Amino acid sequence: MTTLRMKSPVSTADRRLAIGKVLLFIACLSPLTRAAWIVLSGEAVNPIEFITRSTGTWTLVWLLATLSMTPLRRFTGQAWPLKCRRMLGLFAFFYASLHFTTYIWLDQFFDWHHIVKDIAKRPFITVGFAAILLMSPLALTSTQGWMRRLKRNWGKLHRLVYPVAMLAVIHYWWLVKKDITQPLIYAAVLALLLGLRLWWRARKA
Amino acid sequence: MLIRKPADHLPSDITPESVYFNRRQFMLGAAGLLLSAETLAGLNAKKSPLSQLASNDKPNSLKEVTSYNNFYEFGTDKSDPAENAGSLHTRPWSVLVDGEVAKPRRFAIEDLLKFPLEERIYRLRCVEGWSMVIPWVGFPLASLLKQMNPSSRAKYVSFETLQRPSEMPGQRDAVLEWPYREGLRIDEAMHPLTILVVGLYGNVLPNQNGAPIRLVVPWKYGFKSIKSIVRIRLQETLPATSWNMANAHEYGFYSNVNPEVDHPRWSQASERRIGEFFKRKTLMFNGYAEQVAGLYRGMDLRKNF
Repeated sequence: MTTLRMKSPVSTADRRLAIGKVLLFIACLSPLTRAAWIVLSGEAVNPIEFITRSTGTWTLVWLLATLSMTPLRRFTGQAWPLKCRRMLGLFAFFYASLHFTTYIWLDQFFDWHHIVKDIAKRPFITVGFAAILLMSPLALTSTQGWMRRLKRNWGKLHRLVYPVAMLAVIHYWWLVKKDITQPLIYAAVLALLLGLRLWWRARKA
Repeated sequence: MLIRKPADHLPSDITPESVYFNRRQFMLGAAGLLLSAETLAGLNAKKSPLSQLASNDKPNSLKEVTSYNNFYEFGTDKSDPAENAGSLHTRPWSVLVDGEVAKPRRFAIEDLLKFPLEERIYRLRCVEGWSMVIPWVGFPLASLLKQMNPSSRAKYVSFETLQRPSEMPGQRDAVLEWPYREGLRIDEAMHPLTILVVGLYGNVLPNQNGAPIRLVVPWKYGFKSIKSIVRIRLQETLPATSWNMANAHEYGFYSNVNPEVDHPRWSQASERRIGEFFKRKTLMFNGYAEQVAGLYRGMDLRKNF
């Protein structure tokens, strides 16, 4: 007698997406694993500076990756990029939080007086601080529940990601002492990603 | 594969077997070790009484001193110099000393190594807010300058680093205006704490630390201590200095370590000693105030930063 198997309610496309998301999750976590390995093995001569730089770099990378998902969807016609967007955005926030915590804890060791002075006095720290402040509500409202509650305002609120990305690039740009090649690359990618959106809007209008 | 045959081999050019087999040690010493005879015996340096100035501070390890460097001629990352400086040839090498002196002279590096060498353990404070303690080997700049009989018009000393993009990959980008330039006032240059350095930890200076000869001015931010010097000029006018040319708002001519005057990017009140977790308070003139404060009596150090 043959048993009739019920067709799984999960389609192949869904399963592929789930596997993709797991792989993406691992990929997003790997820079942290690598950094931890370098620090714990004693390879970094100035570990606190190294952690600060590494978490800062990856915040920028995941931010730009988040902003790449809409163009990717348009160019490929596939739905999966938008389904990965939230995870990328949350990882950007995760690395930004590590970056900020490193500054507050390891670098300044909760010297609040000095931290407040630093934020007020040094433009690159001011914009960095502004960026993480603006990112926080986006991370908090990233759930389905908040999406439902905020309705159309959710989309409006999450457009804050554009100024956040700009502030993050400026933060890096102003921090570099001299050779601005690296910040220039991030700025160019960001300009492309935002430029595409402006172009699409102009064409629609 | 390209096999380059050197024109002439000195016996001292050949790597000794012990060095060859001790690869880790060898890598640390980098190219400096290969090239010079004086390495084999180590530099014969006497402990200077001035060496005791930072003696309460534990020197950083050779690895820290030689793998975390700012030397933009080899790249802007702190790991770049250790990676890229092996390509620099430090022999033959000469330093031209000219300007307001009775008789300009070109010193071969061999002549410079004949000055009586001393070990000086100094604190090094980078403008970026980190610091190290390094056992340098060198001799006072004053002993060289005195030999030159500076004229009364010699009010400043300017220094230049080698410019050789074929061996200094960082110079292929106009990150700074090459060659790197630095300068001191004559009394700063003549100060007994100001030394020309040819080694560290008893051995020849590794390339990434400014081989074959560099300046060390321990009460000033690290960038004042110019590396791989090829020219020293005594002059009447204030010399142009690279970081001041690049950004006069942030880098003054004096650049004395001063916890009370912040850099626009970094508070200078404290510093992180490499290898330590907590920051420590930065000392006025990097802890050498007793010796050098007199040089700046009556000057407004906020204006003359």
